[in-house]
Amino acid sequence: MFIQMIKGAFKRQTGKFVMIAVTAALGVCAAAAMLNIMLDVGDKVNQELKAYGANITVRPKFASILSDVYAEDDAERDFIAEKDVLKLKTIFWAHNIVDFAPFLTMQTSINGGDYRLVGTWFNKELDLPTGETVVTGIIGLKSWWQLEGEWLKDDAAGEVMLGSIAAERLNLTAGSLVEIEGRDYLVRAVFSAGGEEDEDIYLPLAAVQELSGNYGKAAYIDLSALTTPENELARKAAQDPSSLDRDDYETWYCTAYISSITYQIEEAIPNARAKAVLQISQSEGAILNKIQLLMLLLTALTLICTALGISNLVTAYVIEKSVEIGLIKAIGALDMQITLLVLAQVMISAIVGGVVGYFSGLKVASILGRAVFNAVIEPSVLTLPIVSILLILTVLFGSIPAIKILLLTRPAVVLHG
Amino acid sequence: MKNIVELRGVSVIYDSLAALQDVSLEVRFGEWLAVMGPSGSGKTTMMNIIGCLDKPTRGSIIFDGEDISHARLKDLTAIRREKIGLIFQQFHLVPYLTALQNVMLAQYYHSLVDEKEALKALERVGLRERSSHLPKELSGGEQQRVCIARALINYPKLILADEPTGNLDETNEKIVIDIFKGLNAEGSAIIVVTHDREVAQYADRVVRLGHGKIAAQEKDRLTFPPISL
Repeated sequence: MFIQMIKGAFKRQTGKFVMIAVTAALGVCAAAAMLNIMLDVGDKVNQELKAYGANITVRPKFASILSDVYAEDDAERDFIAEKDVLKLKTIFWAHNIVDFAPFLTMQTSINGGDYRLVGTWFNKELDLPTGETVVTGIIGLKSWWQLEGEWLKDDAAGEVMLGSIAAERLNLTAGSLVEIEGRDYLVRAVFSAGGEEDEDIYLPLAAVQELSGNYGKAAYIDLSALTTPENELARKAAQDPSSLDRDDYETWYCTAYISSITYQIEEAIPNARAKAVLQISQSEGAILNKIQLLMLLLTALTLICTALGISNLVTAYVIEKSVEIGLIKAIGALDMQITLLVLAQVMISAIVGGVVGYFSGLKVASILGRAVFNAVIEPSVLTLPIVSILLILTVLFGSIPAIKILLLTRPAVVLHG
Repeated sequence: MKNIVELRGVSVIYDSLAALQDVSLEVRFGEWLAVMGPSGSGKTTMMNIIGCLDKPTRGSIIFDGEDISHARLKDLTAIRREKIGLIFQQFHLVPYLTALQNVMLAQYYHSLVDEKEALKALERVGLRERSSHLPKELSGGEQQRVCIARALINYPKLILADEPTGNLDETNEKIVIDIFKGLNAEGSAIIVVTHDREVAQYADRVVRLGHGKIAAQEKDRLTFPPISL
C-alpha cells in the first residue's frame, strides 16, 4: 500500500516531482563538481605553480649555517657531490619531486667586467638506482624563461647561454662568440628570467666543474616538489620533528608537507641542508587554501539554494495535498507515518535527480579542470558518499517547513472546509 | 444499555465564538442517532468532537467507557483508527487509488491489508465490480459507497457520517440509507449529521441543535415538526 501510494502520487503529480528531481540534480551537479575539483585541485594547482620555480633549495650543511667558520678549513664541506643529487629520487616522496637541478657557480672576468658562470643540468637523463630513468633540469625548473635561441644540451661543450643583461653588457646575441677563461664559447641563446639570473652566464654543469676545478661537485640544488599546504602539525614538525609523538610523527612523515620532504632530503643527503623557499611554498599553500575555501563556500551556497528550492516545492506539494493528508490522518494514520510517506516521495525524486546530477557533476568537473587547470580532474570516490549525505541532509533540511505544515494539518479543518 | 459515547457539558469555543455550549449527550451502543440543525448550529463541531477529530474547550467526553477529554492527539488517532468509521459529505477518497485500494488504505493504517475482505466490503455496498476503478471513474453515489465500505472495513463500534447523502440523488440516497439500516441492524452505532428529514426519519433518536446547544431531542423516531432551515 505504501508503494501504491508513492506510485500513485508520482503519477498524479509528475510535474512537481520532476521539479524536485531537477532541483536536486542541479544542486548535486554543482556540489559534485566543486568537491571533485576541491579534492583534486591541490595537485593541479601545485603543477601550475611548479612552473614558477623551485620551492626547495638544498645546500651543503656547513655552507648554509657556518660557512664563515668552516669554509676555509674544509673545502669539501662547501659542496654536494653531484652523484648525491640522484638520492633525491630515493626518498619516500620521490614522486612528488617533479624537477630538480644542481648548480655550481664561479666568478669570471670578461672584457674587464665581472660575471658569474653558472653550471647546471639543462635536460639531464638520469638512471636511478631503482632502474627508472628520469629527465630533469632547468628546462622544466625554469620553464617561464624566455629564450632567443635554443636551450643548451648537457653534453654541449663550448656553448653558453647569456642572461639578457649580461648579453647587453657584452653586446652579444645568440650565435655570437664569447671568450671565457681563454676559450671561445658559442652563445646558443640569450634568456630573460626576469631576475638576477639575467646577469649570469649559464653553461652545462660539467663545463663549470672543469673551469673551477670542482669536478663532480655542486654548490646547491634547486628542486620543485608537489606539496600539501602546511598546517599546525607541519609547522610544529618543521621546528623540531623529535617533539612529535609517534602517531603525529607518522602522519607528518607520510604527508607531503614541505617540511617532511626537506626532512627526508636531509636524511638522504646527510651533509646537506634542505630549506623551503618560503615565499613560493607559502603562496602555494595560501592559494590552495583559498581555492578550497572558495569551492567549499560555493558548495555550501549551492546546497542552501537547493534546500530552499526543495523547501518551496515540498511545501507547495504538502499544501496541495492537505485534504488527502487530513483524510489519512482521519482514518488513523500517525503523523510519523504520513511524514515518512511524504519524505519517501521527495527522497526518491531527489535521489533520481541526484544520480543524474552526480554524473553531470563529474562531467562539469572534468570540463572545468580542462578549462581552468588544463588537466583532467579525476573523479574522486570520496565525493559519492559525501554528496549522498549532503543530498539527504539538504532534502531533510528543505522539507522541514513542509513537515511542520503537515504536522499542523488538522483533519477537522481540511475535511470540513 | 452502555453508552458508546457520552458528552458531559461540552463547550467548544473558537476565539470568542462558542460553536458548542454546554452540550450533554449520550449515545448508546447500537443506537442510530440523527443530528439535525441549521447551518452554523454546531453539527459539524459536534461531529468533530465525537469523532475525535477535535478537542473540547470545556467539559468531558467518555468514549467507550474511557474519558478522552484530555487525550493526546496520538491517542485520539488510535481511537479513530480502532473504533470509528468516518463518512464525509464530500466523499474524500484518495484520487490516485482505486476503489479497492481506498478501502484497503483504512486496513493498512489499522493493521494488515486483506484484499479479500476489502472486496467483501465493496460487495456489501454493491461495488465489487467497480473495485478497480479510480474515484474519478465513479459516480457521486458510488464514491460515497466506497467511503462507507472504507468506514466499515475495520468493524468500528461507531459510524459517524456527516451529511452522507448531501451530494446524492434520490436513488443513491436510498442505497446509502439501506446500507446504514443493515449496519445498524448488525449492532453498529450510527450518528448521522443531516439536514434531510428523509434520512433522519430512520434514526432511533433525533437531536436538534441550535446556536451550539441541544434545542430538542426526540426519542423513538422522528415525530417533531419540520425544521425550518
